[in-house]
Amino acid sequence: MNPVRRQRLLLILLLLAGVGLATTLALFALKENINHYFSPNQMTSGEAPIGQRIRGGGIVVPGSLERNPDDLTVTFKMETGGTEVEVVYTGILPDLFREGQGIVGTGKLDKNRRFIADELLAKHDENYMPPEVQDAIDKAHNAS
Amino acid sequence: MNPELGLFALILATCLAILQSVAPLFGSYSGRLPWMAAGKWLAAGQFVFVLLSFICLVVAFLTDDFTVSYVANNSNSLLPDIYKLTATWAGHEGSLLLWILTLAGWGMMVSVRCDKLPPELSARVLSVLGMVSVGFLLFILVTSNPFARILPFPPQDGADLNPLLQDVGMIFHPPVLYMGYVGFAVVFAFAIAALLGGQLDSAWARWVRPWTTAAWCFLTLGISLGSWWAYYELGWGGWWFWDPVENASLMPWLAGTALMHSLAVTEKRGLFKSWTLLLAIATFSLSLFGTFLVRSGVLTSVHAFASDPERGMFILAYLMVVVGASLALFAVRAPQMGSRITFSLLSRETLLLVNNILLAVSCATVLLGTMFPLLVDALDLGMISVGPPYFNALFVPQVLLLGLALGIGILLNWKSGSFSKLLHQVRWIALVSALGGVAFALFYAERFIVSEALAMAVVLWLVLTAGRDILDKTRNARQKMSFMASLQKLPASYLGMHLAHLGLALTIIGAAMTSGYSLQRDLRMSPGDTAWLGQYQFRFDGVTQMQGPNYVTNIGIITILDDQQQPIAVLQPEKRVYSVRGMPMTEAGIDPGLTRDLYVALGEPLGDDSWAVRLHVKPYVRLIWLGSIFMALGGLLAVCDKRYRIRLKKNKTNLKPGIALGGQV
Repeated sequence: MNPVRRQRLLLILLLLAGVGLATTLALFALKENINHYFSPNQMTSGEAPIGQRIRGGGIVVPGSLERNPDDLTVTFKMETGGTEVEVVYTGILPDLFREGQGIVGTGKLDKNRRFIADELLAKHDENYMPPEVQDAIDKAHNAS
Repeated sequence: MNPELGLFALILATCLAILQSVAPLFGSYSGRLPWMAAGKWLAAGQFVFVLLSFICLVVAFLTDDFTVSYVANNSNSLLPDIYKLTATWAGHEGSLLLWILTLAGWGMMVSVRCDKLPPELSARVLSVLGMVSVGFLLFILVTSNPFARILPFPPQDGADLNPLLQDVGMIFHPPVLYMGYVGFAVVFAFAIAALLGGQLDSAWARWVRPWTTAAWCFLTLGISLGSWWAYYELGWGGWWFWDPVENASLMPWLAGTALMHSLAVTEKRGLFKSWTLLLAIATFSLSLFGTFLVRSGVLTSVHAFASDPERGMFILAYLMVVVGASLALFAVRAPQMGSRITFSLLSRETLLLVNNILLAVSCATVLLGTMFPLLVDALDLGMISVGPPYFNALFVPQVLLLGLALGIGILLNWKSGSFSKLLHQVRWIALVSALGGVAFALFYAERFIVSEALAMAVVLWLVLTAGRDILDKTRNARQKMSFMASLQKLPASYLGMHLAHLGLALTIIGAAMTSGYSLQRDLRMSPGDTAWLGQYQFRFDGVTQMQGPNYVTNIGIITILDDQQQPIAVLQPEKRVYSVRGMPMTEAGIDPGLTRDLYVALGEPLGDDSWAVRLHVKPYVRLIWLGSIFMALGGLLAVCDKRYRIRLKKNKTNLKPGIALGGQV
């Protein structure tokens, strides 16, 4: 093989190896970091896995918010389509967190099927409804 | 009357844009100079009418014309005047108008400076820019008319600007970002013109480089302004969230960075021609794609305010036409662009190729992470989200690899480098960098963090190799004059390159330090309570209520003391409630510093005068944005390089005073 071709071959092999490695890593990282979304209904019915990082959302049930007097832990219920699930969160609530407002959180289910959230999002507009929640509401509405 | 004038101007601009996309192109094929020259005037006319239309919208905002539905939705009579001005681009319609104004502005700049280009090339460039304009102008006119009226019953007052957007960041972030986004339309137009003409030489690359670099500077600044704004406005203390909209701006930046480097090879060595063209197409397509993501409502984000499927379909169709047509043209014409120049495996070309591969792969990584949830949702496989750990796990190593390649690439010669010379140059640097990185991570904090050690090693590597290169380049000159004088002898674009790379090093330091060594506590504080965070003591002195122009605010007072109980700063974080929308907003209190930011934000009142409070210490977070300023300045320096103006000097008869001044830089 002449030197130019050999060089070109080397370059191409290098490129392929790099792209292959990158793709493998990317897919692996993607697989590890996907958070599936579950509605309160799926959380209580047992469809949602316990102890895995998941996302969940719903409407904050009015009057359900309780604060721990010593620290920043709050518990409240969120619901879609009449199914309620208890949420526990420690930290500062987002600005637009309000009872009756749609929220989405990331966290884990504990053994009692309470949603232990480590991140809560209520988006930046007062009319905003997280699409997952809207979807769950629509589904519950259609089912009834 | 005013809104109708605006709409009329916009329609006129559309007509001019249609003419601009047809006439010069026709002239370039039939060889008619007047037709080609018409592009200049049409581009100028288009800019004037779009500007007029934009001014009409600004006037509608400043005069509280709530008969205009866009104004009624995004403004309020109580809004301070400066935010009435910025509200012009706060919503979907207005931000599109700003987009097209920016595009027309770039087109105008091209038309002013294109006298020196071959007439066919400049005619085709202006035509392509005209076509891009037509698409967006039609989009505005058909789906998103900012001048639509609510008649006969206009509201008494407006619905107010989203409080998040009532901030100085709103003045600068969108226009600068758009200058960057849209600026890549110029290099895209040049690429299409080159494909149409079937000719691409190093003169072409030399014309395109300053335009690309200029757009890149704006995009760099725009992204970093957005990051800085999110940092202090959202009250979470983060500077990058891997939010899909952030990713939408990062992707063209990555592609654009690759393009800048690939253009360097095309100009200096006549290589990578088709790759450069492909990158030019990809960069602008990603800009359009970003616009699609943000404006179509497929995403939910701070930025996504339009969830109108009709609009989404229009942009999607437009995107497909632009990308499809340009890729088809590329497929037909690119094979003619091949070059027969060779280079050895160890050469600057190879390292720039590595740079391009890494940037392209990282761009693909971000694209995958951003699009995957949408894909899965579209295929009805459930709802998922891809978390920041995905991006961090992949993006960070790629940046570090890029840093390694950069250090080698800087030192290597074009065409063929010598391995033994390279080894001689870098052996000590490599050793010092590796030891330095490890030593830093060992001694800076109790906890040894591998990624911080790697990041610092790469930073040292970047800085030392750059220093080595500068010393080598000034070796002869330094014997006759001082170091500073010999620096000034070097070409501006060379110094700009090093300045921008230094900026990258600074940004890496900032990002690594902030993500590795930030301290944070969320806690409940009553007046008089104190809390320690690192070497700082935070004392909560209570909250007072005040009335702002269009909001009520609770101002917290937090005094920060050092370990000798000496006060360092008194911060006043706020919790505002904007009256019109009843929307609460957090304003963080920040004591900025080069080595650390002290950052506090108020949460919610918990009764008995106690509040939820968030405290942060963020080491070196400012370097993230300082680095991006360095990058932009480096780009600016490169744009000003005399090399790009040589043609102007030869052509003295046409020289205008303003341009002559520019030539002196």
